[in-house]
Amino acid sequence: MSKKSKGAVKSFIESTYLFIIFLFLYLPVVVLMVYSFNASKSRGSWGGFSLKWYGELFSDSALLSAFYYTVIIAIISSLVACVIGTAASFGINAFRKKSVRAMINTVTNIPVVSPDIVTGVALMILFVAVKIPRGFTTMLLSHITFNIPYVILSVMPKIGQLDKNIYEAALDLGAKPFFAFRKVIIPQILPGIINGLLLSFTMSIDDFIISFFTTGNGVSNLSIYVYSMAKRGLNPKINALSTIMFIVVICLLFIVNKRTSKDKSKNVLFS
Amino acid sequence: MSNHLIEFKNVYKQFDTTEALQDINLYIDSNEFLTLLGPSGCGKSTLLRLIAGFEDPTEGSILFEGKDLISIPPYKRPINTVFQKYALFPHMDVYENIAFGLKIKKMDKKEIDKKVMRVLELVNLKSFHDRSVDSLSGGQQQRIAIARAIVNEPSVLLLDEPLAALDLKLRQGMQIELKNMQKELGITFVYVTHDQEEALTMSDTIVVMKEGKIQQIGTPVDIYNEPKNAYVANFIGESNIIDGIMNEDFSVTFLGRNFECVDKGFELNEPVDVVIRPEDIIISDENPDILNGIIESVTFKGVHYEMIVNTGEYKWTIHNTIMRPEGSRVGISVKPFDIHIMKK
Amino acid sequence: MFKKYLVYPHLFWMLVFVLVPILLVLVYSFETTGLNGEAIFTLENYQKLVDANYLNIFIRSVYLAVISSIICLALGYPISVILANREKRTGKSGLVWIFILPMWMNMLLRTYSWLTILEKNGILNNLLELLNLPQVNILYTSGAVVLGMVYNFLPFMILPIYSVLIKIDNSIIEAAEDLGANSFTVFSKVTLPLSIPGVVSGVTMVFLPAVTTFIISKLLGGGHYMLIGNLIENQFLVADNWNFGSAISILMMVLILLSMAITNVFEKDTSTEKKGGKK
Repeated sequence: MSKKSKGAVKSFIESTYLFIIFLFLYLPVVVLMVYSFNASKSRGSWGGFSLKWYGELFSDSALLSAFYYTVIIAIISSLVACVIGTAASFGINAFRKKSVRAMINTVTNIPVVSPDIVTGVALMILFVAVKIPRGFTTMLLSHITFNIPYVILSVMPKIGQLDKNIYEAALDLGAKPFFAFRKVIIPQILPGIINGLLLSFTMSIDDFIISFFTTGNGVSNLSIYVYSMAKRGLNPKINALSTIMFIVVICLLFIVNKRTSKDKSKNVLFS
Repeated sequence: MSNHLIEFKNVYKQFDTTEALQDINLYIDSNEFLTLLGPSGCGKSTLLRLIAGFEDPTEGSILFEGKDLISIPPYKRPINTVFQKYALFPHMDVYENIAFGLKIKKMDKKEIDKKVMRVLELVNLKSFHDRSVDSLSGGQQQRIAIARAIVNEPSVLLLDEPLAALDLKLRQGMQIELKNMQKELGITFVYVTHDQEEALTMSDTIVVMKEGKIQQIGTPVDIYNEPKNAYVANFIGESNIIDGIMNEDFSVTFLGRNFECVDKGFELNEPVDVVIRPEDIIISDENPDILNGIIESVTFKGVHYEMIVNTGEYKWTIHNTIMRPEGSRVGISVKPFDIHIMKK
Repeated sequence: MFKKYLVYPHLFWMLVFVLVPILLVLVYSFETTGLNGEAIFTLENYQKLVDANYLNIFIRSVYLAVISSIICLALGYPISVILANREKRTGKSGLVWIFILPMWMNMLLRTYSWLTILEKNGILNNLLELLNLPQVNILYTSGAVVLGMVYNFLPFMILPIYSVLIKIDNSIIEAAEDLGANSFTVFSKVTLPLSIPGVVSGVTMVFLPAVTTFIISKLLGGGHYMLIGNLIENQFLVADNWNFGSAISILMMVLILLSMAITNVFEKDTSTEKKGGKK
């Protein structure tokens, strides 16, 4: 029986350790969320439950404009990236030569591996060099740039899984190429496309550094707004805003994961 | 004291809610080639894992040389396993794989060298010692897995469907090699398979299992000729199984006719399964005294022809080396000792 | 359906917004502005990199990133092992999600959340006061920066190690036990060597963002605490010396490529060991 009790002790130690790390990872976030409901401005004391910081958020015009830009840029950039990225995924598969494909993949991966800060300053230099005033457009172009690789990374595996015979079977049964493509191919890679879309949407609303270097003219997104306030120290409004942003991102991730697990294919987030 | 090598006494094994093994009583003797035979999910692999020590029984005891085996962790048991998918260590070469167990025993380097080379010779892969395991073919990996186990000179070697992943030709060759190896080494083999032919060729003893229960234990000849029930009969080779009624000792009625048989001890009018092997049926010309029917199909099976004969109430599967053309009318008969009567 | 031209928009985009900008950075790094505002070729930006002040910043960045990687490895490896073992035993994979999820939360906000805790009148000190313990002021020290890095990047260590461990077939572990290895030997001879690729990519995934960060050092290290990332930001947005800033960016890229090359060598090493056999 000592074999069993030894197992129980081991399991207890393991669970305790998991729990401590769990607290380490989540407690700061939870504290932040709890304090977003604190009526008192000082962090030391609890002034009772209040939604006043949330109220202030919605009357802050700078914040509302940042929110607007964040959402608009996330939507447009993820859609554009989705179109370019999906097309590219098909295009890459047309190349038979391994070396060519490897070269394209290397280029695709540059924005993923290079540090955000380098991508940010490089884009900034580009926009200055060609004299595009920094603002909404430049930020949008930058977001599309870093989103395209994520779409390709989501769609490529799906295309790899495609059974080429299915397309041929559709043609064999009398479908015209475009019809076969729409009715047979697209439905099969759709999960990859949607994941790419959601993934790039998430990346876009989460981005700070690249946006920080490529925007201007008073256009900012939520991250930049948070940063400029946080630099000056704590502010309960940020807590309220963080709470909302955390919840939105978690919901998005939850949807992506539900989709991928239903799909039984490799999880995009974890790959 | 029993003098069996391994003994199972009333062993039960439960996984969550499923009963994987029920009331297993079994002994395994030294130098025996024992096969656990059954379809997937019958508990044969679980039984093997109990011997290896990867699972503990829920109830009952397992003895090794008369002493409790359950409390001994797997790494202290004088038992080694050949895994179904070989489970070779991918980060080690062939030599390191085989030497793994010996190194743990802190054996002298020269001694290890000698032993590894000797088993490599035994499995005919002497020149492969410095190869990486994933450069080997399935058959070669399989030999390495066997070499890795037997180099430790275990008292018992457990083999979990070791040939399942090989193609037919290779499998047949390995069957003979394994059997020879077992004789040569004098090690007890406990072999798990779902392939009845494999079981019949290699084993000293076969244990037929179904749904966690032992159906029959016996020599291959016993099990083939005297299956205890219709399940065993059908699992070990094809059979014609017909509903019948026992009249008295040595007489059974099926398909509306009385037949002489060699079984006794049944109650009057007891319903039974009548099992007749396809190769035991004699085909003759039509004759009003015996069962008559039409040949519905003929398939050439290599050595023999398989013919389906419809006698109205039943379609018989018959194996014979002489072919009768499709559509011809024939009579069929069976010798009394080829009629096997089994309790329902 | 698979037409080559479909990739052209993507390649065009990458050319204009990735390759050209990097090229521009490279060009800028070799230039300086002359008296009349003209660009002059120079190496002085690179010569400046070895200046003691800057060198200190580079060394500090690498040092803190190394420390953080080591701490993440020490904390994360056991987590990965426990999670992988539990999943193999129960077949349920939910738990690992909990430890990976923070990876996808806004880094800025997660870093910010520590301000509330570490601040002078923050939660940690309030708690210590309640317990009559002395106050700590680790905010705006390198300790806080390392804490922030570990906090932000720990999931990046757990994920790759876990992914490698979960792929180790259970029968390989059983085979080792079967051949006489106790749990310690199984770990040192089988599990650990097989998990090395995961460790290498985990360390890379922590080291790279740690060495390039500028949020963590800015928020938790305070305004005067500089790492490479802060130095780049400073050159571009405060000191307005884009040429020097570009040179540092190139240095950072080189640093990244170098550590990725090291990773590749490691990965090749383990794979050649598999292929070649070492005797």
